[in-house]
Amino acid sequence: MSRVQPKMPSMSYSWWVKRPNYIRYMARELTCVWIGAYAIALVIGLFRLQQGADEWQAWLAAMASTPGLVFQVLALVFALYHTISWFHLAPSTMPVWRGDQQVPPIIIEVVHYLVWIGISIVVFWLAGG
Amino acid sequence: MADTITVRVLRYQPEAEEKTFWQEYEVPSRNDWVILDALNYIKDHLDGSLSFRWSCHMAVCGSCGMMVDDEPTLVCKAFLRDYPESIEIKPLANLPVHRDLMSDMDGFTDKLAKVKPYVIPAEAQSSEEGCQQSPEELAVFRQYTMCINCLLCYAACPQVGLNPGYIGPAALSLAHRYNLDSRDTGRRERNEVTASDEGVWECTFVGECSEVCPKHVDPAGAIQQMKLASSLDWLLDKLVRRDKS
Repeated sequence: MSRVQPKMPSMSYSWWVKRPNYIRYMARELTCVWIGAYAIALVIGLFRLQQGADEWQAWLAAMASTPGLVFQVLALVFALYHTISWFHLAPSTMPVWRGDQQVPPIIIEVVHYLVWIGISIVVFWLAGG
Repeated sequence: MADTITVRVLRYQPEAEEKTFWQEYEVPSRNDWVILDALNYIKDHLDGSLSFRWSCHMAVCGSCGMMVDDEPTLVCKAFLRDYPESIEIKPLANLPVHRDLMSDMDGFTDKLAKVKPYVIPAEAQSSEEGCQQSPEELAVFRQYTMCINCLLCYAACPQVGLNPGYIGPAALSLAHRYNLDSRDTGRRERNEVTASDEGVWECTFVGECSEVCPKHVDPAGAIQQMKLASSLDWLLDKLVRRDKS
């Protein structure tokens, strides 16, 4: 133990650009902003549907416009990045054991993708696709 | 491979001046030397005032964690031959520094004590009976027993840097190690700390703690598993009144 006070650490505002993994982490977290924005757009669509046929058609037209399509494509890309990055982390969050052997992480990850595909098919079917 | 390597060390000599400063040393670069050997060469032959910790020289004691070229590194495990003509060495990030490369471990040991890193049995066991455990029960938590408290994970975790009160990866993964132990009944006691504002919910799963761990422990995974257990505890407490003792 020294007699003088230890030098306290400090962090710069640019800490997140110093390591590739920090940048990937920030990208993963920021993608949720787009997912949130898309959810808000859907909620607005429900309100427009409640207001009447003309309002609903106007909302559909807005979503089918070039800016609307760009927004949706970006939201899809970010949602995919968000999902894939979280699925990749799932095996360490939910390890499965068989006796004294851990089930290989790749199997946990693949099961996540299979469940995702299965739920997507059900949603597509329910939507009348 | 060059005959010498330039070792730049970030010095902090609080008795002399408050500011840190860089100092360069030319050190022989030998094929079988690790960075710790270079630091010992400096200490023995060039500058006896350089301060750093080390003990076992074989990645067991966890004393010699430092930042090498901004990477949290156990310097007894990093060979000089894997670096170019020069390296920069700083004390571990996110921790207070006493002098030169010596970090202050007191904050960590206080946090470790808070999570009760020992088996809390249901009742006193007789020494003859002991606490029996199957290989399957051991396998579930064995990787977390490998932690050597080197604190590379604290240096890699931005949440530790942003919130010094955060219990942090090593202490939380050790808490998880005892929570998973079939002989232990202390999870609820540890929850008071691990599920608090300074516990697992401070973690945002950057995951770098697991990347830098020299013993291949996965603190990030342990913390996420604790979040899941903590959420289930909360839900069950809401649905059914449970004995919290």
